[in-house]
Amino acid sequence: MARTAPVPAATDPAIIRNFCIIAHIDHGKSTLADRMLQLTGVVEQRDMRAQYLDRMDIERERGITIKSQAVRMPWEVDGTAYALNMIDTPGHVDFTYEVSRSLAACEGAVLLVDAAQGIEAQTLANLYLAMENDLTIIPVLNKIDLPAAQPEKYAAELANLIGGDPADVLKVSGKTGEGVESLLDKIVRDLPAPVGDASAPARAMIFDSVYDTYRGVVTYVRVVDGKLSPRERIQMMSTKASHELLEIGVSSPEPTPTNGLGVGEVGYLITGVKDVRQSKVGDTITNLARPAAESLAGYADPKPMVFSGLYPIDGSDYPALREALDKLKLNDAALVYEPETSAALGFGFRVGFLGLLHLEIVRERLEREFNLDLISTAPNVIYEVTTEDKKTVTVTNPSEFPTGKVLEVREPMVSATILAPNEFVGAIMELCQSRRGDMKAMDYLSEDRVELRYRLPLAEIVFDFFDQLKSKTRGYASLDWKAEGEQVADLVKVDILLQGEQVDAFSAITHKDKAYSYGVMMTSKLRELIPRQQFEVPIQAAIGSRIIARENIRAIRKDVLAKCYGGDITRKRKLLEKQKEGKKRMKMVGRVEVPQEAFIAALSSEEPKDKAKK
Amino acid sequence: MPSVLPIGDPAPADGLLPPQAAGGAAGRRFCLYVHIPFCAVRCGYCDFNTYTARELGSGVSQDQYAGTVGAELDLAAQVLQRSGVPARRLSTVFFGGGTPTLLPAEDLARILTRAAGLWGLEPGAEVTTEANPDSVTPESLQLLAAAGFTRVSFGMQSAVPHVLKVLDRTHNPARVPEAVRWARDAGLKVSLDLIYGTPGESLQDWEASLEAAIACGPDHISAYALIIEEGTRLAARIRRGQVPNIDDDDHAAKYQLADERLTAAGYGWYEVSNWARTEADRCRHNLAYWRGDDWWGAGPGAHSHVGGVRWWNVKHPLAYAGRLNAGESPAAGRETLDEATRRLEHVMLQTRIIDGLATAELGPKGRREVAGLIADGLVDGGQAVRGRIRLTLQGRLLADAVVRRLLED
Repeated sequence: MARTAPVPAATDPAIIRNFCIIAHIDHGKSTLADRMLQLTGVVEQRDMRAQYLDRMDIERERGITIKSQAVRMPWEVDGTAYALNMIDTPGHVDFTYEVSRSLAACEGAVLLVDAAQGIEAQTLANLYLAMENDLTIIPVLNKIDLPAAQPEKYAAELANLIGGDPADVLKVSGKTGEGVESLLDKIVRDLPAPVGDASAPARAMIFDSVYDTYRGVVTYVRVVDGKLSPRERIQMMSTKASHELLEIGVSSPEPTPTNGLGVGEVGYLITGVKDVRQSKVGDTITNLARPAAESLAGYADPKPMVFSGLYPIDGSDYPALREALDKLKLNDAALVYEPETSAALGFGFRVGFLGLLHLEIVRERLEREFNLDLISTAPNVIYEVTTEDKKTVTVTNPSEFPTGKVLEVREPMVSATILAPNEFVGAIMELCQSRRGDMKAMDYLSEDRVELRYRLPLAEIVFDFFDQLKSKTRGYASLDWKAEGEQVADLVKVDILLQGEQVDAFSAITHKDKAYSYGVMMTSKLRELIPRQQFEVPIQAAIGSRIIARENIRAIRKDVLAKCYGGDITRKRKLLEKQKEGKKRMKMVGRVEVPQEAFIAALSSEEPKDKAKK
Repeated sequence: MPSVLPIGDPAPADGLLPPQAAGGAAGRRFCLYVHIPFCAVRCGYCDFNTYTARELGSGVSQDQYAGTVGAELDLAAQVLQRSGVPARRLSTVFFGGGTPTLLPAEDLARILTRAAGLWGLEPGAEVTTEANPDSVTPESLQLLAAAGFTRVSFGMQSAVPHVLKVLDRTHNPARVPEAVRWARDAGLKVSLDLIYGTPGESLQDWEASLEAAIACGPDHISAYALIIEEGTRLAARIRRGQVPNIDDDDHAAKYQLADERLTAAGYGWYEVSNWARTEADRCRHNLAYWRGDDWWGAGPGAHSHVGGVRWWNVKHPLAYAGRLNAGESPAAGRETLDEATRRLEHVMLQTRIIDGLATAELGPKGRREVAGLIADGLVDGGQAVRGRIRLTLQGRLLADAVVRRLLED
């Protein structure tokens, strides 16, 4: 299959096809992408690293894609050599905005669905997003080699969703390569070529921005109008900042410098900036000498939805945590944080995230890549509180909740989509109701699959909603959500007191009807988790000065090793040293020694484990 | 001693000690511990380094044991001399086990004679053997006394049959007063060892044991809380739910009861788990451990300490005998304590005994803890004013916590 690949910077838009793959985690997107790289000859068999596009270890381990990239691949149909740009999209609800920008860089999308599982809520949400962007959709069923595959059933489901004939749904196996060539052909035949004004001032949309230790920020763009050339000065239209184009090129899949990028082309550029915030996803790049009058539509600043306090277990790691966050920030435009002090946990940061997965990923990267031991406090959302004197306070941390009379509390809301087999509808409705949800719609996707749409408080889904949903539906339900306004609600702050002293890390803002159960749950959890001390420790839950729940940790009565065996002092000393080491892992709350594990376990949704033996 | 040896540095084959061992030796007493690693049966709670005849098989003979230990004593005398440790007479000798009285009294006497020949005994030296109440006779006790033994410590453990059964102790509790009488008749001082907190033991059971022990009129009583050691039969039975687990609160209540009853009966505490009638009745060998004196531990798995050097012998009697037959030191490993570790040990050990720790020996942070410890009722305020840290009853129960606070850094 010898091909003469079109030359970047001089490619006729008519032979360019820009597409992305919309798929759920595990539905085989990366395997399919790998197969395409191989078939188009971009990656040799021997260089094939499983799932070439996913760079970070964590992504690979979790089987999810966090950061997208674009690869240019040659493909010949009927004697014409085409240039295909495959733009990888993040696959999780937390990164909806990034997905929308990736979609905006394409003319079409491959809708990839596991032939054994059918479409999932997030895929559906991204499909709707693609349809709103007028993308041409190519429906594809993957993993047809699996014994459990039901291609007919799910082909009908897909046809039902996007219109068309179930017979037109392509059936492929990324694993064996079956059907992938026809898919590439279909991409060329069915997707429209990009259209733009080659003589206009350049307008290129940034759809990804990645920090590289050696090269600084690598920015991925889709050129809409005009042309970008090496060494010219460019301008970021949102900030008006200008940079020199040190390098411009395409990924195939290793970065390859080119003589520029023209209309419809997709590639990368390097300007020497060191922070992804200087090269923001969604922003428009233009020529400095001849700037465009109007930027491309759709730019938005990332907005954190969920906040959590991150504290080093060892207080002396605080500067290391700051440094680590500063480094992560270079590669994560959505990460925001500011220093915060907790009476219980010491110095740390209040960190804003796009969602829970984003939180988990950041925490895991901090622990793994920077070797930090961290406590993260229970995630919370942003509340707007109006006090009696008509002042409005923005609360990102329960400890900021005003102490005086409160006139009104507003909480952020989401619109959630849940897909599940119809046998679980009852269980899902029960769960959503218990989370103060308001059902908006219920539709049958097929005979036995239902789409439920709910309006829910964000706070009700950030903690353990997804886990609960999964366990109530034996793993079959999928969830997607997007922010949708706010509502006034009857919310209160519940404080937890140890020996009469408030422990800010355990405070929570909850609905009034749930305050009591939160108090009971937290006090009994802490009673299990905090070892007995040399004195009695009352644990109380309170709203303001009103105690709503109480537990007691009895004083320890014995802490002595009776015997020293036949002069084996060494053993006794080592035990003492171990105990002293253990004490270092304790946080002092007033006079109460609280093990780190208690913070971690109390703030997680899991059941407490046995109290650690001394 | 527990059956798991610590991890330390390797010990040299000739057993020679590093130079620091000799420093200040004249100011420390010199004691000898002899481990007898034999028992008639193994008790379910015990993880000491001891073996039944059946466990040992034909490789090790109890008959030859006195000779083997004697070889280590000869080596000990040489090692100390060649390491520059000045010769001192023995202040105390203690035969522990295992069940020392499973060896014929003649063998114990032989070992003692050998030690006395090498170092000599201080006038009024304390020479103790542990004994099982049913492995002594009036004759054997007479023989021990004649050989120079001054004291016998009986493993009474409990006076309540169902408690003894959980512990796998085979002796008849009625045998104890008799054995005590025989020992008295032989002119020996007597100590009784008790264990409390055995699964299934009620507070009344424990009270009965205390009263039975007091009624025997010994000079000294030890009361140890039962420790469940990993790998013992009792630990497995608890894990399987066949017997209830031990409980710290139960231990605390029983300790308090013991202190109350023993004090009322005229026994005064002098170490967390030890009470004696008079100061002269205190076990000086036991005190040597807490005071950081020097002792040579002879026998398999035995621990020694000389001037901040601690070492321990290979565990198995067969390996032990093999080393000595080859003319090598039986030491398996050792550690040479630095100044900071010696200070830490000093605080840890000295705090447990009635003399207590001099406040002057504490670091600045530890000294700042003292007021809080007095306020919490763990340290005796009157003694603190006089410059000693002495634990209260409450403090003895929380002694490890007190030590950690005193060692704040």
